[in-house]
Amino acid sequence: MVPSSLRISKLSKRFGDFVALAPTSLDVGKGEFLTLLGPSGSGKTTLLSLIAGLARPDEGRILIDDADVTHSPAYERDIGVVFQNYALFPHMSVEDNIAFPLKMRKMSDAEARKRTMEALETVRLPHVAKRYPRELSGGQQQRIALARCIVYRPAIILMDEPLGALDKKLRDQMQLEIKRIHRELRTTIVYVTHDQEEAMTMSDRICLMNSGTIEQLGTPEDLYFRPRSVFVADFLGESNLLSATVRDVDADGLDIVLTHQQAGSRAVGNGARFTAGEPIKVMVRPQNLHVESATTGAGGLTGRLVDVMISGSLTRLYIAPETAGLPQLVAAYPTRSSLVPHEIGQLVSVGWNPSDAVAIGDSGGH
Amino acid sequence: MGGPLALLLVCFLVYPVGQLLLLSVQNDSGFTLAQYRQLFASSVYVDVLLITLKISLVTTLVCVVTGYPIAYLISIVGKDRKARLLFFVLLSFWTSFLVRAFAWVVLLGRNGVINKLLLSLGIVSTPASLLYNFGSVLVGMVNALLPLAVLTMLSVMENIDRNLPRAAATLGAGPGMAFWKIYFPLSLPGVAAAGIMVFVTAIGFFIVPALLGGRRETMITQLIIDQIQQTMNWGFAGAISVLLLLVVLVVFAAYDRLLGLSTMTGAATARKAVPSRLSGPIQKGGDTLLTLLGSLFDGIIDLLPSRKRDRNPDQPGLGLQMFVWAMLLVISLPTLLMIPLSFGNGGLNWPPQGFTLHWYETVLVSPLWTQALLRSLMVGIGTGLLAMLVGTPAAFLLVRSEIPGKAAWLAFILSPIVVPRMIIAVGLFYVFARIGLVGSAFGLILGHTVVAVPYVVMTMMAVLRNYDTRLDLAAQSLGARPFATLRHITFPILGAGMMSSFLFAFATSFDELTIALFATGGLNATLPKQFWDEVTLQVSPVIAAVSTCLFVFMGLLIFVAEHLRRRAAAR
Repeated sequence: MVPSSLRISKLSKRFGDFVALAPTSLDVGKGEFLTLLGPSGSGKTTLLSLIAGLARPDEGRILIDDADVTHSPAYERDIGVVFQNYALFPHMSVEDNIAFPLKMRKMSDAEARKRTMEALETVRLPHVAKRYPRELSGGQQQRIALARCIVYRPAIILMDEPLGALDKKLRDQMQLEIKRIHRELRTTIVYVTHDQEEAMTMSDRICLMNSGTIEQLGTPEDLYFRPRSVFVADFLGESNLLSATVRDVDADGLDIVLTHQQAGSRAVGNGARFTAGEPIKVMVRPQNLHVESATTGAGGLTGRLVDVMISGSLTRLYIAPETAGLPQLVAAYPTRSSLVPHEIGQLVSVGWNPSDAVAIGDSGGH
Repeated sequence: MGGPLALLLVCFLVYPVGQLLLLSVQNDSGFTLAQYRQLFASSVYVDVLLITLKISLVTTLVCVVTGYPIAYLISIVGKDRKARLLFFVLLSFWTSFLVRAFAWVVLLGRNGVINKLLLSLGIVSTPASLLYNFGSVLVGMVNALLPLAVLTMLSVMENIDRNLPRAAATLGAGPGMAFWKIYFPLSLPGVAAAGIMVFVTAIGFFIVPALLGGRRETMITQLIIDQIQQTMNWGFAGAISVLLLLVVLVVFAAYDRLLGLSTMTGAATARKAVPSRLSGPIQKGGDTLLTLLGSLFDGIIDLLPSRKRDRNPDQPGLGLQMFVWAMLLVISLPTLLMIPLSFGNGGLNWPPQGFTLHWYETVLVSPLWTQALLRSLMVGIGTGLLAMLVGTPAAFLLVRSEIPGKAAWLAFILSPIVVPRMIIAVGLFYVFARIGLVGSAFGLILGHTVVAVPYVVMTMMAVLRNYDTRLDLAAQSLGARPFATLRHITFPILGAGMMSSFLFAFATSFDELTIALFATGGLNATLPKQFWDEVTLQVSPVIAAVSTCLFVFMGLLIFVAEHLRRRAAAR
């Protein structure tokens, strides 16, 4: 186990009656890239502010490199924050902005200048040193904000939706850039976003949050292939969710009964413990659904094709099942000029590999 | 579209002021410098100028230094507390200078609240003479101009990103460093703008020194009044005006050199703060000073017990809050104390005794007061309408179209604020006297429009900038004809903004004394003029009754204007 850089135990925060963060514990390893992912109001930004020392927790403790900083002001914690709107100081030139944290640490001018130039090299903008923030493009401001953080090598860099204000293309480019810098410097990064794709691309681990609690913590693969709740399955990528009941549990997976068809099937577990007779949801990702033309009276799951949508490299097929009570299903195929079933209204049969069906505990709540 | 406004300003600002300046170098036989020779012949006038500068400078310093924490607190607290704090600032801002100065006369008098308090505490044994000295003038001046300083600084502070000091904290700056190195430099344009606004207003003041000062606190505008009212010496009044105008222009030129005048119109906000024009060594020195201040403050904070340091970083300190409320109390209390006094039958002595409506009856049955009220209302409404009529098209022009020399136009339109009011007043008096407009309501409306129109243009420009013209296009694409678009879309949205700028012009006129001082009198006096005539004659409870009425009236007006503004902002 990697030594932890940040340790949070039973941290909580309320604003009046609103629980912004229920008691939460979390360990972040040295050099790890951890993303706090969740919808707005899920508590991810609150958690970030608490770690940064910009807000005070009601209870719990925060340890950075094993030192208790729960009651330390922001300026005594060894952290760096990249703000959503960058928060570059408008009255200072780029190099003064970057040298600011070094001056606060009483570094000599010569050393500060050297480190500033190094940081500018790292973000590949050495030529803008003398400019003012308002003279830079959004992407450049973003890089300078990053340079201002890495220049003093804090133990942890916190990023609050740093790419939110950039357009799609620039965002993709900056994602790679941040990953590169993370690789080069091996700094611990805690990254906040509400964009699941961004989280999947960048993170070592994702901490998915919902209404002030951690919904699931794990690698992107964990969350995508083995979601622990319906919320997780829904939030990360698209999913088809069917009700079922557990009939038996064995070493390879589960015997299940799909509720609306009363048909037996198999599913794999998501790491949770299941018991026979338990109601569950079965998740099948769109790309794992097989759709074929069918004739009336065919067995299995059938439905009518209600819509076909091409979105770049993927084509989505929307299917209304013939069995009452089932939700609309979505299947995804790589876009090709000749897609097999494509006529709106046509009858199709839907199937999947049992190894692509994931059982999720149907614990009401979400 | 800017034509009517340009015509108005040329006829009733440029021409009269020009005439007055010309009179100072003319006599029957032609060019002369006799007036100026007289001006500098003895030290009397230079001394008055120096006193004026001294009073203005100290007033400016006190206003900026005490106003800064007030504006700072207002800019960082939540919406509800902000509205509450702002109400007191606005109330004071809109309460007539006359009412506020008069309140201090009563408060500081031999039988006023302060003396009664000092006596009962045993600090003095006989009533101290607190009036008619430098201190009383300073108190009155600060009371008069502090709201202006606060509002000017607030407009800059509100645009400072709250994340910047927080970012500084995460980068390792203590609260002292974060304030002095980040927040303070960003708020400097506001400080400078407040400083110059207060200074040029103070330099043209006569109400406060006349009511609260002794002979040694005579200010330069009082000399101009004397020249006109006592000897009708236009030439000499003109010479003093030139002196006053020169001082103001020098101040503005210096300001422009250091910071650029563009920071004043609010076009440049702190968000895109221009690097100051201060050159190398000064800037470096300033930076070092700020670093020192920052370390000093952080050093002091480090000495505090750690429990105190661990407070919520976004919570304003208790000390700051207490100071701000104390200051707001000081600027609001004097006028509030007028209310009980106006119902008492013991004169203006504190505490008020008995209850009587006698003073209010006196006001109501007096033709002088009722005529004055009617006239002020009429002139105010006329000014509001005329200022809107000429100001709105000009605002449209400045916002919607690209005209060459926009900055010069703006400077011209704003010049009635810059030129000391007294100079405009004397110039207008001279011109009106020759065309027979003295004493007429129409002349007064013209004069008041000249001084009110800059505010109308500025407010309307702000309103128009926020108006999305695509809404008009949308309405027309939905089938609305131009008139219907105006009636159903444009006017309902702009209406609140127009109403509030009308009220602004109305209030400016309703409280205007300088122009009314010469241009009216007797039965055709306006309310401020009648107030002035009474108060310079004797300090009576009748004035307290009038003060209370004016205070309540202005309070209602702000309430309505603020309500309208918020409705406009909510859209």
